[in-house]
Amino acid sequence: MSYISLSDKDKKEMLALVGVSAVEELFRSLPDEIKLKGKLAVPPALTELELNDFFEEVGRRNTLGQYLSFLGAGAYPHLIPYVVEALSSRGEFVTPYTPYQPEVSQGTLQIIFEYQTLICQLAGMDIANASLYDGATGAAEAVLMANRLNNKPKVLIPRSLHPQYRQTIRTYCRNLNLKLEEVGFDDKGEMKLSDLEAGLDAQTSAVVCQSPNFFGQVEDLKKIAERAHAKGALFIVVVAEALSLGILESPGKLGADIVTGEGQSFGLPLGFGGPYLGFMACNKEFLRQFPGRIAGQTKDIEGRRGFVLTLSTREQHIRREKATSNICTNQALCALRATIFLETLGHDGLREMACQNIHKTRYAQAELGKVKGLKVKFAGRPFNEFVLEFAKPWATVDAALRKKGIIGGLGLAADYPELPDCALVCVTEMHRKEDIDRLAAALKEALS
Amino acid sequence: MIREPLIFEISDKGKRAFRLPKLDVPFHKDLVKEYPARTEVEDFPQVSEVEVVRHFTRLSQANYCVDLGFYPLGSCTMKYNPKINEKMASLPAFAGAHPEAPVDLVQGSLEVLKQTEELLCEITGMDAFTLQPAAGAHGELTGMMLIRARLEDKGNPRKIVLIPDSAHGTNPSSAHICGYHVQEIKSDEKGEIDLADLAKAMTEDVAALMVTNPNTLGVFEANIKAIADIVHSKGGYIYMDGANMNALVGVCRPGDMDVDVIHINLHKTFSTPHGGGGPGSGPVGVKKEFAPYLPVPVIDRKGTSLAVNFARPKSIGRVRSFFGNFLVVVRALAYIRSLGPDGLKEMSEVAVLNANYIRKSLEGEYHLKYDTPTLHECVFSDKFQKEHGVSNIDIAKRLIDYGLHPPTMSFPLIVHGALMIEPTETESRRDLDLFIEAMKKISQEATDDPDLLKTAPHVSPVRRLDETTAARTPILRWTRNG
Repeated sequence: MSYISLSDKDKKEMLALVGVSAVEELFRSLPDEIKLKGKLAVPPALTELELNDFFEEVGRRNTLGQYLSFLGAGAYPHLIPYVVEALSSRGEFVTPYTPYQPEVSQGTLQIIFEYQTLICQLAGMDIANASLYDGATGAAEAVLMANRLNNKPKVLIPRSLHPQYRQTIRTYCRNLNLKLEEVGFDDKGEMKLSDLEAGLDAQTSAVVCQSPNFFGQVEDLKKIAERAHAKGALFIVVVAEALSLGILESPGKLGADIVTGEGQSFGLPLGFGGPYLGFMACNKEFLRQFPGRIAGQTKDIEGRRGFVLTLSTREQHIRREKATSNICTNQALCALRATIFLETLGHDGLREMACQNIHKTRYAQAELGKVKGLKVKFAGRPFNEFVLEFAKPWATVDAALRKKGIIGGLGLAADYPELPDCALVCVTEMHRKEDIDRLAAALKEALS
Repeated sequence: MIREPLIFEISDKGKRAFRLPKLDVPFHKDLVKEYPARTEVEDFPQVSEVEVVRHFTRLSQANYCVDLGFYPLGSCTMKYNPKINEKMASLPAFAGAHPEAPVDLVQGSLEVLKQTEELLCEITGMDAFTLQPAAGAHGELTGMMLIRARLEDKGNPRKIVLIPDSAHGTNPSSAHICGYHVQEIKSDEKGEIDLADLAKAMTEDVAALMVTNPNTLGVFEANIKAIADIVHSKGGYIYMDGANMNALVGVCRPGDMDVDVIHINLHKTFSTPHGGGGPGSGPVGVKKEFAPYLPVPVIDRKGTSLAVNFARPKSIGRVRSFFGNFLVVVRALAYIRSLGPDGLKEMSEVAVLNANYIRKSLEGEYHLKYDTPTLHECVFSDKFQKEHGVSNIDIAKRLIDYGLHPPTMSFPLIVHGALMIEPTETESRRDLDLFIEAMKKISQEATDDPDLLKTAPHVSPVRRLDETTAARTPILRWTRNG
C-alpha cells in the first residue's frame, strides 16, 4: 500500500519545476559512499487484506485471552465505556500535533484544561500538568523535581513502591548526585515507620510513598507526611491505581507535596503496557519547578475565553539545558481518553466503581483466605489487590491454575526474594462473583 | 458558533452517563469506613451521556488536524496516519494483553516488538534496538545514558556533550539530565556543523556529539563521516537525533555513516498519529558495543519462540514501565509492512520532492537564509515582510484564515523569524499549491495591508489569544469561584 498522493504526471512536472531530471538528484548533497546500494531487506508491501491476515495471525499467538486473569501490578483491567472509544477515535483528536497554534486547537486545549482540573480534584492539589509518559517516569520526574526544590541529596524510596517504578527512578538518578535509600514494609504490608524515621534526616530531599502500595495496601499517608515534614523533606505520593482516588481521601488533604501516578485505569486498554498516562499534580508554590506542558485560561482580542499552552519558560524548547524536564511529546491522547472516561463516569460512577473494587477484593480475600494451604500475607486494607502466601511453591500452584484456565496472579519472588511463594492477586469490577469462586475452587484443588 | 462551556459549568447533581451492574458480592455499609475515605470529590462533573458526546464532538470541531488538511509543521512530520493501523492496534489480542502475563501466552505481542526491532535495525543500519522509550526526548535521554554507561565502563564517563546551535531544545535538556555539561557548536555559512569549531571543541572530556541529520534546516550534514572521524579520534561517540529520518529511509542508513547511537520517532517517520501531543514512541538503535547496556528487559529469539531477558548485568536499567508504548509500535509495524522496501523509499523521495517544490515555488517571495540544498523541509524567514512590520507570527496566523495550519515558527534558533516548512510525502499537488498560493497572497498582503496580518486570524473559533496574561496570572484549572 502507498499513501502518496502525486500522480506520475505531478511528479514529472514538479521535478521539472525544481530543476532536476530525476528524484535521485534531490539527494545530490549526500556523499555517494554513504548511499544505500540496493534495496532495504524489508518484506514486500502488504495490501489491507494481507495486513489484516498478518496481524490476526500474530494476534492468535497471544493466547492470554482464553484465561481468567487476576493480574494487576500496575496495569489494571477496568470497564471502558464505549463512548470513550467512539469519541477519542475522532480524527480531530487523533491527528493534530501539540496545540502550539491555539486558535486552531481550542478543542485539545480545553480538554487539557478540563483534564488538569479533574486531576487536581482527585489528587487534592492546586495544579496539574498535561501528562507525563507513565507512572514510573512520573515518579522519577517527581524525585528530580523535589531535588530541584530543596537541593538535598537523599531520597527515601519504599520497597512497597512498584518495582518497575523503583528501577526507573534509579535509572533517572544514576547520573545525578542523588542517593536513594530503601524503606522496608511491616507485617501489614505497609511502610515500616521505624525504617522511615531511621532514614529521615536533614539531608533528605523527599519521601516517596505509593498508596495503595504495590501489595494493594492503603497507606497511612498522614503519618508519613508528618514525619517527612518534621525533617523538612518533601512528601511525594505515587498512585499506581488511579481509580482508588475515587473513594480514598485525596493525597493533598493528607499532606502530599507532589502527587504523581499512573492513569491507565481511566479508560486506557491494557495494551501490553502502553501507551499509558503519567499524571502529576502539586501545590502552586512549586509551579516554577513543575515539569511538562500546562494549559492555561486566557482571553482573545475580543475578550472571549480561550486556552493556551503556558508557562513554557520552564520547558526545553525555551530553556534548553536549564529546563525542568526534557519532556516534549507527552501522552495527550491518553489524557483525552481519561478526561472522557472521568466525565462519563462522573462523580457517582467513579465512586461506585471504586467501591465495587473494594467490595469484590474484600470478598475475594475472605473467600480465598478460607482455602487450606495458603494465607493472606498482609492484614492491612487492600484496595483491589492483595498478596497470598502458599504452602507449596508458587510455580506448582500457578501451573495447576493454568491447567484450569486461570492466571491466578503475579508471582513476587523475582522482585521480592523475601516473599518466595507469594503472589499478587488483583480483583476489579470486571470480575464476577463466580470468577472469584472459580479461583477459590481451583486453589482448593491445587493445594489439597 | 456555539461557545462550548467547560464540563463543570453544565454539571448538575445526580446526572449520570454510566452505570455498573449491581454488586454481586455482599455489600457492607461500614466497609468503606475502615479506609481513609473521602465523602465526595468536590465539584466533580455529573452529566448525561448525550451531554458528554456533544461536549467532545463540539470541541473536536475546534481542532485543526491532518485528516482535515495540510499541516506543514517543520521537524514534526505531520503525514497522513493510515486508518487501518488504528484497527490493527485495537485488535483485542493486542489491546487486551496484560504486560505481566506469562511469556508463553503473549508470544504475539513479543513478535510485534521483536519484528519491529529487526526491521528498524535494517532500516537504520544499526545492530540492536530498544522500543522502551515513550517519545523522542525519552529516546535521547536513553541514548545518552547508553553512551555514558559505555564510557563509564571504559573508565571515564567524561563531562561534556557537544550540540550544534541548530538543534532541538530536547537535545541539551536530555544531555543535562544525563549529568553532562552542554557546549554549543556553531553552524557554518552553509547551515552545517562548522568542522573547525568542532575540531577545536573536541577533546577527551567530550562524551559525544549530538547531531540531527538532516538537521533542522533540512540540510544533510554532508561531512558526517569527517565529523564522526573527529569525534571518534578523541574517543567520543556520535549520537544522531533521528527526528528527521523521514528524509532518508531507503536512501541511506545512519549505521553506515558511523553513527553510534540513534533515536527515531515512530510518530514522525512511521506515521503513528500525534494525538494532539502524544503518545509517541522513541526507539533507540545502537551499534554492537552498546547492546549490553540497553534497558531491561530485552526480547530474545529462542528457536521459534521469544523470551524476555532480564539477566543483563550491564544494563542501564528501566527507563519506564513494561515494554514501552506497545500499541504505538503495532501501528508503526503495520505501516512498515504496508509500504515494503519500495514504498519506504518512495516515501522519503516524495517527502523531499514535495519540500523542494515548495521551496522553489516560494523562493523570492520569502527570504531563504541558507541556499544549501535541502531535503524534507525548508526554512524561510520573515525578513522581507519585516520591512512592512509583519512578523513570522503574523504570517502564521494569517494562514489560519486560509484554512491551513501554519509552519513551525521561530525555530531553528539560527534563523531569525523562521518559518520552517515540512510538507511530508502524503500531500497532493493540489494541497501543496493551495499552501503556496496562500503564502504568496500573504506576502502580497504584507505589502498592501499589513494590519490585516497583524490582527489575524479573523475566522478561527477564537482570535489571537493573550499569552502574556496567561503566563503572568496563570489560571490552570477551573474552580467554582473562578
